Order: sequence, then C-alpha cells, then structure tokens
Amino acid sequence: MEIIKADDVSIRYITGDFKDIGLKEYIMKRLKGDYHVTEFWADKHISFSLEKGDMLGIIGTNGAGKSTLLKAVSGIMVPTEGHMEIHGSIAALLELASGFDGDLTVRENTYLRGAMLGYTRAFMDEKYDEIIEFAELKDFQDRPFKQLSSGMKSRLAFSIACLVSPDILILDEVLSVGDGAFRKKSGDKMKEILASGVTGILVSHSIEQVRDMCNKILWLDHGNQIAFTDEVQLHCDAYEEFLITRKVPKSREDIEKLAYDNMLRKKEEKLKQTRKEEEKLQKVLESNKENEAVHAAVAILKKNAPELLK
Amino acid sequence: MLKSLLKKIKQYQFLFEELVKRDFKQKYKRTILGMAWSVFSPLFTLLVMRLVFTQFFGRDTPHYTTYLFCGTLVFSYFRESTHGGMNSLMANASIFSKVNVPKYLFLLSKNISTLINFGLTLLVFFLFCVLDKITFTWKFIMLLYPIACLIGFNIGIGLILSALFVFFRDITYLYDIFLTLLNYMSAIFYQVDRYSPVVQKLFLLNPIYCYIKYFRSIVIDGVIPSFNYHLLCFEYALIAIFIGGLIYKRNNTKFLYYV
Repeated sequence: MEIIKADDVSIRYITGDFKDIGLKEYIMKRLKGDYHVTEFWADKHISFSLEKGDMLGIIGTNGAGKSTLLKAVSGIMVPTEGHMEIHGSIAALLELASGFDGDLTVRENTYLRGAMLGYTRAFMDEKYDEIIEFAELKDFQDRPFKQLSSGMKSRLAFSIACLVSPDILILDEVLSVGDGAFRKKSGDKMKEILASGVTGILVSHSIEQVRDMCNKILWLDHGNQIAFTDEVQLHCDAYEEFLITRKVPKSREDIEKLAYDNMLRKKEEKLKQTRKEEEKLQKVLESNKENEAVHAAVAILKKNAPELLK
Repeated sequence: MLKSLLKKIKQYQFLFEELVKRDFKQKYKRTILGMAWSVFSPLFTLLVMRLVFTQFFGRDTPHYTTYLFCGTLVFSYFRESTHGGMNSLMANASIFSKVNVPKYLFLLSKNISTLINFGLTLLVFFLFCVLDKITFTWKFIMLLYPIACLIGFNIGIGLILSALFVFFRDITYLYDIFLTLLNYMSAIFYQVDRYSPVVQKLFLLNPIYCYIKYFRSIVIDGVIPSFNYHLLCFEYALIAIFIGGLIYKRNNTKFLYYV
C-alpha cells in the first residue's frame, strides 16, 4: 500500500518586501512603487510514491526545494498544483531544536512536543521514561530547557520523535546530532525503526548516510526532479560527481556517465594518494642523512607492511 | 460537520492543555504574586478613577463605584485578552512553521489565562457590589450572557489582530492608540444621558459599550435588557468571530511566508 504519494506536485513560494514590515512601511513602499514581491516555483512537477517500510533519501544542493517539499509532506504547506496523498501519522523533525520553550522544564517540553506530534497524554505517560532514558537526560528532567546544551536539546528532540513510533518519520539533517557515541546509538535506533516498517524520508548532506540507510532516492535540482529511483548506489555516485562538475544530467545516459566519471575520479584520486606517499618517501630518502632516511623507511614499512619486518 | 469538530477537539485536547499550561507558566513565571498582580492592576485603575472622577461625574450617578467598576471590568478584560492575543500567533511561529497544528489553538490557549484572570476580578467585583450595598437578585444569572458574548467577541478580535500582527508588525502601536480612544468612548466613567438621543444611539455602535451597559443594567438597575439588545450583543460577537475565522482560513498556509 502506498503511504505517501506525490502526483505532479508543484509548490510556489513567495518572498519579498512583505516580511517583517510595518503598516507605515508598507504604505510608503506602495506609494513609491518600491514594493516588490517575487514568486518562484520551489518545486516543479515532483512525483514519487513510498510504500510501507521505504526509506527515501532526498538529495540536492541548497535551494533545490527539499525543505519545501518536506513541508508539503508534513501538511504545513499545500501544493499549489498537483496532489499529495498521505496515509498515517507523521512525526516531522524539521529543524530539531525549534519549537521548544526555554522556560519550561525538560519534562514539560517533552509532553508539549508529544502533544504537537499528535499523541495523547496516556501515551506520553507510558513513553516518557523511555524517552528520557534514551536521550540520557535523567538528571536534567526538571531543569529549565534553556539550561541544556545544544547537543542535549537535539538529543531530546530526536528521542521524542523516534520513540513515539509514528507511521511516517521525516528527518531533516538530524542524524548528525550529539557526540559520536550518541550518533552511533541514534543510527542504530533509526535502522531498528525502519526495520519495524516505518516509512521514512531523510534529507542529509552526508551522501554516505543516504547510501547506508535509504532504498529510494529523490534527486532535486532547483525545484526540478532529476530522478526518483531505487538504484541508490548508481545515483549516489552520479550525485557525487555532479557536486564537483555541476553538470545537470538530462537523461539516463547522463547519469550513468556521471557515475562512471565518478568511479574514474575515485580511482585516480586513490592513485594520486599512493603516488603522493611515494613521492614523500622519495624526498625523505633523498634529502636527509643516511640514518634518518633509514628510520623513515622503517617507519613507513611498519605502517604499511609490518609483516616484512619480522 | 459537528462530528468532525468533536473529533478535532478530541485530537487536539492534549496539545491545547499543554499550551494552556505553558502560557500560564510563561505569564506568571512560577510566582503567585504575578497572578495577584493581574487582579490588583484593574483595582488600582478603579481606585484612581474613583478618586479623580467622583468630583466631576460621581455626584449625580447612583452607585458610582459599581458604575465605574462595571466599565473597567469589561474594558480591562477586553484589553488584556486582545492585546495579549495579538502576539499569540507570531510568538508560536517556530511551532506552526514546523508542525501542522490548528493555528487558532495558540490564541485560544492564551485566552484561557486571561479568562481566569477575568473570573478572579469578577469575584472582587461582587465583593465591591456588597460594599456598595447592591441588592443581589436572581437576575445576576443573566450576567453569564454578556460574559459569553464578550468571550466570543474577544476571541474574534484576537483572531483578527493576531493575523494582522503577522502581516504588519507596527499594528501593536496603532492598537494602543485605538484602545485609548476606545477607553474614552465607552462611557466608563461618565454617563451618556447628557448627549442627545441620536448620539446615545451612536454609542451602541461600540460593542464594548453594549456589554458594559448590559452589566450596569443588571447590577445597578436590576433590569434585564430587551430581546433586541440581546441580539445586538450576540451579533457583535458573531461578526468578530466570523471575520477572524475567515482571515485565518484564507491565510492558513500563507502565514508561513511572513515569519
């Protein structure tokens, strides 16, 4: 069954002088004819569909229309054209730490966030301990939220969103929260959740994360849909190459070519790397006194091929 | 229609409760004095007005203290509710731009704490009525009617203002000026008798004056106003809620662009 279905979705965004403006300013600008509002299409003709258990990675450079699309999925925005169908409850993590209140305690904020995500009090009572446990904030439960470090804040937000077990989980640049240990824990948790059949959407600038976690990819560029596919590795390769050359692929062949170029480039880089090391060694050998050169050679041997020294 | 409304209420009940709690805590920052202050503040206003105006208007007005208090009671509730409500949408921008929740919840939750305040002031009001030797009758029950209308009217105006505040940030100063003007035009400390009948009719165009007049009619004169007067009170509330609701509905997804 399709959980999320976007059918030819286009979203128009407006921006301009109307932001942060006063009535006086507005009238003055209008009188002078200096009032500008620009409209642009943040997303153009996007179509994709996700089944239960799918994890979609949305990739694209800044301004590609990723966040706007997520807003449409979570219902904050409505597509200007096209149609979006959602079946199930959504826990959206658009910019993690926002929406918390600094003066409320950690406990109160947890309940408030749970309420925002659409859960009942009874449900939150049941899950609360688990959430705090996972966020490692047991000693901070009754502290005002503003006293927490930013890492702690993100940890709490992540824990709430994951442990309330939604049908659809939207993750916008969130897997990079916390320190190394927590990152590993949260990555594991994410995989566990995905295995349990949650449908997820992940936006991340870390292409490795997308490779690792997603089974489908939506590639956006300036609001255009480059690809929606389940060939994750191929498109990740192509995207990496695209990030370097900035050549927008127009067809299937282009993508394959990009992926191929990327492979070549990686090979070349590897080659360069080895060559560099060799050159370094050469230099040391040539420029230094005998003793030091021998030491350097032994050190490199130790590092690269310790079995030779035995 | 009604069924979906009930479902919605049930769905967002928890969020609403949590928002009310938050607004309450934000307002009083966990002190009890803060809450007492909100009751004392209208009392001080009353005291000052009583001292200043008794010489000018108090001589030929029976139960002048109660007369004044009716005015300040209604007006201060209106001011607090709408002025506080104006910021409610903007202050929660970080929430509604990230999570899809009904935006009017923020205003409603803010109104709950002002309503509680109003309730407390109302108790003090009755205490003053006793001191002013007002006779209590069963007709006092009818006060629930203008209070209900006033709550509706405040919510409607709050909706309009909170939306306008998102669009134009200097509305708050303009509204301050408007409130001062309204304060003088609501016959809070003077009687309208000295005006010609035509002008007296014009006063009825002011919803706040209508609600104040209803209060005075019950408390001081012991008379229940006419049926048409009830309609008038109801109309104002309905119109305000209708316009406010319409603005919210029209701009539901557009607020996002302005924050």
